[in-house]
Amino acid sequence: MLLALPVVLPLATAIALHFIPQRSRLLRLLAFLGALLLLAAGVSVLVRVQYAGIQVLQVGAWPAPFGITLVADLFSALMVVMTGIVGVAVTGSSFAGVDPRREGLGYHALIHVLLMGVSGAFLTGDIFNLYVWFEVMLIASFVLVSLHRTRAQLHAAFTYVGLNLLASAFFLTAIGLLYGQAGTLNFADLARAWPERRTPGLDAALSMLFLSAFGIKAGLFPLFFWLPASYPTPPAAVGALLAGLLTKVGVYAMIRVFTLLFPNPSATVYTAILVMSAITMVVGLIGAIGQHDLRRVLSFNLVGHIGFTTVGLALWTPAALGGSILYLLHHMLVISSLFLVSGLFLRQKRTTDMRALGGMYRAQPFVACLALVPLFSLAGIPPLSGFIAKLAVVGSMIESRHYFLAAISLAVSLLTLLSMARVWEESFWKPAPGQAHVAHPPRLGAAILAPVAFLVTLTIGLTLAADPTYRVATTAAQQLLDRDGYVSAVLGNGVLRAAR
Amino acid sequence: MELLLAVVAGVLYAAGLYLMLRRRLAQLIIGLGLLSNGSNILILSAAGVTRGKPPLIAHPEMTGEPFADPVPQSLILTAIVIGFGVLAFALVLAHRMHQSTGSDDIDTFGPDRA
Repeated sequence: MLLALPVVLPLATAIALHFIPQRSRLLRLLAFLGALLLLAAGVSVLVRVQYAGIQVLQVGAWPAPFGITLVADLFSALMVVMTGIVGVAVTGSSFAGVDPRREGLGYHALIHVLLMGVSGAFLTGDIFNLYVWFEVMLIASFVLVSLHRTRAQLHAAFTYVGLNLLASAFFLTAIGLLYGQAGTLNFADLARAWPERRTPGLDAALSMLFLSAFGIKAGLFPLFFWLPASYPTPPAAVGALLAGLLTKVGVYAMIRVFTLLFPNPSATVYTAILVMSAITMVVGLIGAIGQHDLRRVLSFNLVGHIGFTTVGLALWTPAALGGSILYLLHHMLVISSLFLVSGLFLRQKRTTDMRALGGMYRAQPFVACLALVPLFSLAGIPPLSGFIAKLAVVGSMIESRHYFLAAISLAVSLLTLLSMARVWEESFWKPAPGQAHVAHPPRLGAAILAPVAFLVTLTIGLTLAADPTYRVATTAAQQLLDRDGYVSAVLGNGVLRAAR
Repeated sequence: MELLLAVVAGVLYAAGLYLMLRRRLAQLIIGLGLLSNGSNILILSAAGVTRGKPPLIAHPEMTGEPFADPVPQSLILTAIVIGFGVLAFALVLAHRMHQSTGSDDIDTFGPDRA
């Protein structure tokens, strides 16, 4: 029953929010409590998985290949916990005030629908169900992005909607072809049946379809162009939610589907993933350096660092995949906190154009120091979590003798440092330019700083608990590469023996 | 029958993708609709079409007889519902864009010219 909670709790919260009078404090409190409960459920799933192995729930008591199965292995459980954390930070940031028109249009309920879709996608053990959760999550994000938009921002929303729907169509096509050949939709059953029934041509076509579908959602080169166009436009809290969760669901789906269905690391598709990840890192960071708007810089950084999270899949070793998972955890925390930091500027200066920012360090040194942690962590300065995650990824590259790739990653780290140093210099350090002075800039109170502080604390926590976290991430990677373990956990031990 | 369905699915994909590359909003949305219908037909034909048989097994002793696979049909039903919702949303968004700019040419919405 525990496994259903991360899906049921946000749904219940979203429904309950409709019965609360709009624009009341109770609304925000309930939304926040719902996210806290989601986090608690995620943590208890993680604890259960850590001590008792892969958890399986057959919804409606239908036996495995026939009904919908919810499965939590360590990777899923970690991702659900992260969903809860980002959810808590984002709903917490609404205490500092939300645009009242947005709130009247169901802003809080939509956030919970999105959280439900994300947790569902992380927990499902059925590929068509994964498609459905993707759509739940997307439609909620569509509405969040396009609520009360101005003219230029509507264009960004349309780019976002169009490309994501195209990705969904590719995904659905791949599912249809897969079902036609394998006759099942359950991940475990597919992992068992597909390698026997596949034909080389169909295998290649399917892997490419999955790669394009998830590549668009994750924001891999050359499919990422919608992301820097659309992520900078919504309000900072929504930006943090999208940046922290949505692209990561694409990465999660890619890792899940490829480890289970295409267990042949010498296939062409893995070379493609390797090359795409490397180019994504380079192009994303070069793009970031050319930008002046803080949120566009962050969006390009988001794209560039996605490359680090997919490269582990291409290398196909427990160390590399574990490094990528650790990177994913670190990146979700850091990028959401940086998007929330951009919200601080938006509130105080009404812009995130770095040319008009500055003087933050002089005015509010505490806030500047708070923002410094995720900035340096993203750049990979020791001893912060970004350094540890990068060390794990680059170390695994050297171990598997991808020296050129390791060199690219290190060069990209330098570019990130350059980009982050520029953000620090332009938005915090330099004196505030005179002409962009807002009369009586509102001081940033505790309510708006608390969510940033929460995420920053967790980043530091991840740094301090680096060793246990890395071990959990490596165990998660070993579970991902051990397909038989997954299959027997879902279908029962007898299935594998009968097949042999 | 399968051949006909395969050709229809191919034509729908081609037309849908072509329309999505156009600059006009209305064409983009029609393209999305065609694309989702194309994938529905593809699911139906890829899973194999069974003629004149019910998708149910009436008696336990009839398990050996051929029956139509109900799973692709339920997949398509779900996909139709999702596609309908998404299309309705895209239409509203396009309507709002048309209201705010008086044009349905995507290039006139760009951040550079707004």
